[in-house]
Amino acid sequence: MLFCSLGRATLRKMALSAQQISRWLNSSKLSSFMTALQLRRRFQRPETTLSCGVFAQPRVSSEGCFLQWGFRTYRTSSLWNSSKSADSSRQEINCAQSTLLPSVNEPSQRTPKIPSLDSELSLEGLDDVPPLSPLQPISDDEAVQIIAGPPLPPSSVTLRDYVDHSETLRKLVLLGVDLSKIEKHPDAANLLLRLDFERDIKQMLLFLKDLGIEDTQLGPLLTKNYAIFSEDLENLKTRVAYLQSKNFSKVDIAQMVRNAPFLLSFSVERLDNRLGFFQKELELSVKKTRDLVIRLPRLLTGSLEPVKENMKVFRLELGFQQNEIQHMITKIPKMLTANKRKLTETFDYVHNVMCVPHRVVVRSPQVFNTRLFKVKERHLFLAYLGRAQYDPTKPNYISLDNLVSVPDGIFCEAMAKASVRDFEKFLKTL
Amino acid sequence: MAAPIGSTIFGGGTIQHFRPSSAVQRTEAARASGMGSAGLARLQGLFAVYKPPGLKWKHLRDTVELQLLKGLNAGKPPAPQQRVRFLLGPVEGSEEKELTLTATRVPSLIDHPLVRGLAFTSLKVGVGHRLDSQASGVLVLGVGHGRGLLTDMYNAHLTKNYTVRGVLGKATDDFCEDGRLVEKTTYDHVTREKLNRILAVIQGSHQKALVTYSNLDLQTQEAYEMAVSGVIRPMNKSPMLITGIRCLQFAPPEFLLEVQCMHETQKQLRRLVHEIGLELKSTAVCTQVRRTRDGFFTLDDALLRTQWDLPSIQDAIQAAAPRVAAELKKSLRPWLGTQEPPGPGQPWDSERPRSALGPESHVGH
Repeated sequence: MLFCSLGRATLRKMALSAQQISRWLNSSKLSSFMTALQLRRRFQRPETTLSCGVFAQPRVSSEGCFLQWGFRTYRTSSLWNSSKSADSSRQEINCAQSTLLPSVNEPSQRTPKIPSLDSELSLEGLDDVPPLSPLQPISDDEAVQIIAGPPLPPSSVTLRDYVDHSETLRKLVLLGVDLSKIEKHPDAANLLLRLDFERDIKQMLLFLKDLGIEDTQLGPLLTKNYAIFSEDLENLKTRVAYLQSKNFSKVDIAQMVRNAPFLLSFSVERLDNRLGFFQKELELSVKKTRDLVIRLPRLLTGSLEPVKENMKVFRLELGFQQNEIQHMITKIPKMLTANKRKLTETFDYVHNVMCVPHRVVVRSPQVFNTRLFKVKERHLFLAYLGRAQYDPTKPNYISLDNLVSVPDGIFCEAMAKASVRDFEKFLKTL
Repeated sequence: MAAPIGSTIFGGGTIQHFRPSSAVQRTEAARASGMGSAGLARLQGLFAVYKPPGLKWKHLRDTVELQLLKGLNAGKPPAPQQRVRFLLGPVEGSEEKELTLTATRVPSLIDHPLVRGLAFTSLKVGVGHRLDSQASGVLVLGVGHGRGLLTDMYNAHLTKNYTVRGVLGKATDDFCEDGRLVEKTTYDHVTREKLNRILAVIQGSHQKALVTYSNLDLQTQEAYEMAVSGVIRPMNKSPMLITGIRCLQFAPPEFLLEVQCMHETQKQLRRLVHEIGLELKSTAVCTQVRRTRDGFFTLDDALLRTQWDLPSIQDAIQAAAPRVAAELKKSLRPWLGTQEPPGPGQPWDSERPRSALGPESHVGH
């Protein structure tokens, strides 16, 4: 079914920048939606021409796991530029560029007679240029220059199909971005396909490098926070300036962004609220809050509800005083986001079965950061040998920190004074 | 639609682009990646792990699967793939600017690890006779072709050995120590002789049941010989049957039993402790159920938590493979009178004196 796709083309030209695309994508309810892909080289007679294309309606997938391309099928042919070297980046599929004039990408050797998008689609152009039939004979030179490759799949679940044809994707892979993880999010994958490396992505990468993030760390960061490409560079700069105004050094900010990739996607108000929350809730000084946040920046990006609940658990269920909680938190910040069931189980075992009082637990909060089975196995072994002594005032004292953090060999040798084989035999009797 | 332009215009051959396959193959099939395929080839068979108490068998199975996948994915990535493309290039030694197509290899990123993802994303690991959350002990797992052997092991109806620890003086609703307390009693009158007498009665009654459920006609000579040598056991579904039970330690209120049984669940073993308490005119709860042998896998074959990784499991499979094959062949073969009787099921009362032995010293068969 052939029909003139004039109106569609003009509409398509409206969707311009990647940012607008991403905002539109985010606001739409359907998770994957792509407008037309255009892979075309337009030619005039006598080289090759193309007739009106068939425009398919943009397909919408309800399952949301497809990269959808509304496609335009042509009797396509592409002109090889013999001056350019043969490398795999020839057939660039670049959605952002595709909406613009193809003359941007054209090599200088092309004749200036090659029309632009507008004139080709204008009505007088269609009248003047009669369509070329495929049965019309052409010279051998022209024939050699026609490359009729199989078209790219219009929709796919994976970026593997497009990686060899997209310069952006190729450069991202060489940077270390894990495309296999990003393609699980169709919005992100579509966005990446439409972005242009030189225009959009390069600015972002330069900004991140200015922050102090190493080249090798860019890949994992972008894999996690692929949405950073749709952020405004100005906003990011404002947020970094805000953090610097709060006396975070450049090195600290780089470390925080590395450990919490989503940090810069949070607005200034949100960051401010969170910093304020931690200062109020934990009743720590400004410097200590800063150190805490630098050590565990995901406190700023995660939800605050688990932190509030954990504070209540420490105070009410486990019975620690505020200064004890502060001490433990500054040593092991992870306790704020730990699972509260695991916290209570561990404390129950340490306090009631191992009979360790609060003040000794406060001095070695590392027990809350280890798996419970490890604590149980080692304690039972020491109890079997008669060496389970956790009171600092008495002789042969074993500190809880040492109990849980040393590897098996050192534990058996130094604390249990037995061999690892004995420990294994004991474990098989439990 | 566009006809393939090449074939109609060119007199001779056609232009073809060799596009790499776009099919996504995320299967557990071995890829040509250093360790991956070789690792998977050695990962077919049965092995035993020691399940610690408090861990659900499903979580254990998932943990083992994750560790195996980690080991398999750690192999070196494949060589970078290339594709063949026909590209225009100037002919050498020609005066004019003639362009011809030449076949060239261009690097392709199709099989780059960051594009393709992990080579192995799932691995099917089967579980043999399950252990519930509170119980511990030998748990047989099968991976790859070993999963079929799990069915064979089940059909062989081999016995299992347990050590069961009980405490006299109280009774709870789920027969465990931390259940809801139902009754408390005294136990001063309980002696070792009384306990042994009750265990003998239990064993005798289960002996009768063994013969009944094995569907043998005892009037035949074959069946008589089997019964005499004590290898009768049911080879199809039956309720829990105890082929042997004895007391290893008795220090009131605690006592330790060793039970050799088949078609059991751990809950039934705890109920057994409860019933022994009732028979002794007292009450008892069970504090520990530990499996020391499952068929032909013993405690020595069981892997501890620190050994749940790819190399140790591969070694365990290799070590157990000959024994597994021999035992399964023997168990599934019909027993003829003149042959050596099949192993599992022999009560050890008739064989060795009932002296005080350590819990691990008996390796039944």
